[in-house]
Amino acid sequence: MSDKVTTADKTLFTPFNVIAGFIIIIGTVITILRFTGGLAAVTNLSDNNPWGLWIGFDLLVGVALAAGGYVTSAAVYLFGMKKYHSAVRPAVLTGFLGYALVVFALHYDVGRPWRLPYPFIVQSGTTSLLFEVGACVALYLTVLFLEFTPAPLEWLGLKKVRELAVKLTLLLTIFGVVLSTLHQSSLGALFLIAPSKLHPLWYSPYLPVYFFVSSIIAGLSMVIFESTLSHHYFADKMDEAHLSENEGVTLGFAKAASFVLAGYFIIKIIGISFSDNWYLLGTSYGIWFLVELLGFVALPSFLYAVGVRDKNLKLIKWTSLLAVLGIILNRLNVSLVAFNWQLPSSERYFPHWMEIAISLFIVTVGIVVFRFIVTRMPIFYAHPDYKDSH
Amino acid sequence: MGDTFYTLQDFYTHTKGVTYILIIVALIGIALFWSFLSQKDDEKKM
Repeated sequence: MSDKVTTADKTLFTPFNVIAGFIIIIGTVITILRFTGGLAAVTNLSDNNPWGLWIGFDLLVGVALAAGGYVTSAAVYLFGMKKYHSAVRPAVLTGFLGYALVVFALHYDVGRPWRLPYPFIVQSGTTSLLFEVGACVALYLTVLFLEFTPAPLEWLGLKKVRELAVKLTLLLTIFGVVLSTLHQSSLGALFLIAPSKLHPLWYSPYLPVYFFVSSIIAGLSMVIFESTLSHHYFADKMDEAHLSENEGVTLGFAKAASFVLAGYFIIKIIGISFSDNWYLLGTSYGIWFLVELLGFVALPSFLYAVGVRDKNLKLIKWTSLLAVLGIILNRLNVSLVAFNWQLPSSERYFPHWMEIAISLFIVTVGIVVFRFIVTRMPIFYAHPDYKDSH
Repeated sequence: MGDTFYTLQDFYTHTKGVTYILIIVALIGIALFWSFLSQKDDEKKM
């Protein structure tokens, strides 16, 4: 009886569903325009700016923020930090969806998306960075899919296949760390080819190192941020173990993020010194660079540290948002704001509203799929049949 | 670019000199930062 009442009370027209539905309808219409009218119909991309918001946000930010998967699984399975085990499944799911959406978004951005598998068959050399990024992303998406499979297999009750998938965990984690190290850094290395186009404060021979180190920050902060939102919206789906381990996960990840942010701050300063770019800090681009460096690197590092010392979870959770915004800002600065900085403003790129709408559409699809999965599969709780196997 | 450099060697002598000093400061700084970060944990363990 009570079930019937609950079902009858449920309405499809919740605020979330209405907003998400509206965005998805708009996104579908623009998708039709994109694939019938071509890139020019929906974007402001040009020969000067062939990489726009879909690369800057959907790909660069998407890949960085999906780093939680390899960071968490490395901490738990490679470094033996079992106390963070409850964070693995949500982090792997976020990572898997993040990468899946990156590949989805690439279909919009690449002029002829049916040629995406070409690097594996027809290509101009294995020394190409873009080949390396393409190969790593394709392989890592497969690895994340396999890492994620135990959850749907438990849900479907396929015990034997699930056992096989669980046995692969360590191997997949090692693959995941290797592939992530390669392509997170290579995404930064892509910009090494354009030293005259990227502003000297953002251009550095250390760009691959910056991208890799900042991806660790993104991964750690994203796990905290995602768990904060999940605790708010899906607390009823969480078991005792997940709820009780949460404080330890938040404090541990915040401590790591604080320290890595401090290291990242140092290597950014060393980058300025190495290229003797101090004089540029007084320019308008320099001030913007300082906003990024002090406001979104030094400040979150300090706030995380204070949060960890005082065990102030609220401060840590807000700081994770600041750190995530910092990663978004950094990737957009490198790919859009500081890119082609010498061109006159009439030649500069600003995304078309339909590009922004497609990015919003892709994020919405990600949230909807995430919600679909966590409300059905054992992500925030151990499946009753496999409680002892974790 | 406040200073004028006439050779690449001049440039690298200058920038590497500054960078090396910064690295020493950074190494000391990061050690102090780590102790600031872990101070309360260490006190609890003791």
